[in-house]
Amino acid sequence: MTAALAHAPTAQADPHPLLDVSGLAKWYGPHLGCRDVAFTLYPGEVMGVVGESGSGKTTLLGCLSGGLEPSAGRVTYHSERWGAVDIHALPEGRRRLLMRTEWGFVRQNPRDGLRMGVSAGANIGERPMAVGDRHYGRIRAQALDWLKQVEIDQTRLDDRPAQFSGGMQQRLQIARVLVNGPRLVFMDEPTGGLDVSVQARLLDLLRDLVARLGLAAVIVTHDLAVARLLAHRLMVMKDGRVVEEGLTDQVLDDPHHPYTQLLVSSVLQA
Amino acid sequence: MTDPTQSPRPMIRVEGLSKAFVLHTQGGARIPVFDGLDLTAHAGECVALHGPSGAGKSTLLRALYANYRPGAGHVWVRHGETWVDMVTAPPRVVIDVRRRTMGHVSQFLRVIPRVPALDVVAEPLVVLGESQEQARRRAGALLTRLNIPERLWSLAPATFSGGEQQRVNVARGFIAPVPVLLLDEPTASLDKDNRDVVVALIREARDAGAAVVGIFHDATVREAVCDRLFTLDVRTEAA
Repeated sequence: MTAALAHAPTAQADPHPLLDVSGLAKWYGPHLGCRDVAFTLYPGEVMGVVGESGSGKTTLLGCLSGGLEPSAGRVTYHSERWGAVDIHALPEGRRRLLMRTEWGFVRQNPRDGLRMGVSAGANIGERPMAVGDRHYGRIRAQALDWLKQVEIDQTRLDDRPAQFSGGMQQRLQIARVLVNGPRLVFMDEPTGGLDVSVQARLLDLLRDLVARLGLAAVIVTHDLAVARLLAHRLMVMKDGRVVEEGLTDQVLDDPHHPYTQLLVSSVLQA
Repeated sequence: MTDPTQSPRPMIRVEGLSKAFVLHTQGGARIPVFDGLDLTAHAGECVALHGPSGAGKSTLLRALYANYRPGAGHVWVRHGETWVDMVTAPPRVVIDVRRRTMGHVSQFLRVIPRVPALDVVAEPLVVLGESQEQARRRAGALLTRLNIPERLWSLAPATFSGGEQQRVNVARGFIAPVPVLLLDEPTASLDKDNRDVVVALIREARDAGAAVVGIFHDATVREAVCDRLFTLDVRTEAA
């Protein structure tokens, strides 16, 4: 029942929420992207967002991470350096700095998250350099260490990602995103285009890293097994709205909303 | 039995708990399971949920763990110095209760790809802050006690037999000394020797002060561990 991450936020001390979302909506002209989204995410919590394609998951992720301007609502992030900030009122430069330091974004297609023209090492080293690290030996050592953490042979340091398999590219993207020790990571279908066996390895890796580093994350996926393994909590989206939410095992084992029941009962048992 | 001279310390208080399932994919059929149920379990006692198949024993156990969400009522759990209502507590509080106060052993192990049996068992201790090394040592001792040969410890349990998986699950459930233990048929697919080991584990946990609530179909096991029965009746014929 509790296969998901066992490392969960401590409820002891009542910490600041990391992310506070209220009344979030996005319209594309007359077309609804998402609406009435509200939730609070605490440090170390992993929230899964599930639903079919077109349900507004990716729009929501865009609004949360600042890439998309919402039509209504507010996303407040408790930053380590600036305290509580309204993400969409933040100057572009600060938002970009946030993305390189306290946040990370793992894209479904590793080609969108990697720089394909430079080596694996340069991909991992980009963020440390962007925030001012100029020590080549240290950056290289850090890159080597991260290759190991994501289970890529260290001899591949100087190879370009174009020479990697899809699974390796995705693991490289994860190293690139996590190298600066973010507190909050957004993931859009991180196991999306991968073979099942490659997926299992990536999931295990993500599960381990998220727990070990105490990351908070918002993970968009249409795969309920991925959600079960990675997320503490779930939001189920349909037609741009959140139709059900709760602990992951509650939503999957005792779904209440007709759509969630349909979703859960449609999964093929292997 | 708990010592009658000592005032028993309640660990779980269930008040007015009701649960029904509504199956929207099957024409909205409503299946009531139980209604207005009250139950208290104390430290150092083992309560067996009793009743015919379909009476809602597993559903009740899952509701106690907040895996199923009741339609009405409360499940109060003594969590450290406070009482937490598992029905209304926010997710992170429920997770914390599950981590530090309440263990649940189901009949089936949910296998995590690639994680070796030893680490599957050790994980709840590591989460509580125990070192990996120490947690693995304890896990090894428990697996040995449950007759899982050492050559299997480094393998992911996906390929294990049903009985082996269940013993790994039992070891995982018993490794952390939690004050409340929920057991759903923990001996279902075990042979007599292993059943005896599990009975001993349950008694040790109870005697160490845990409140145990469980489902035990096996009458021998039930008589060996349980202090009192809590009987559920079938309310309504399932559609």
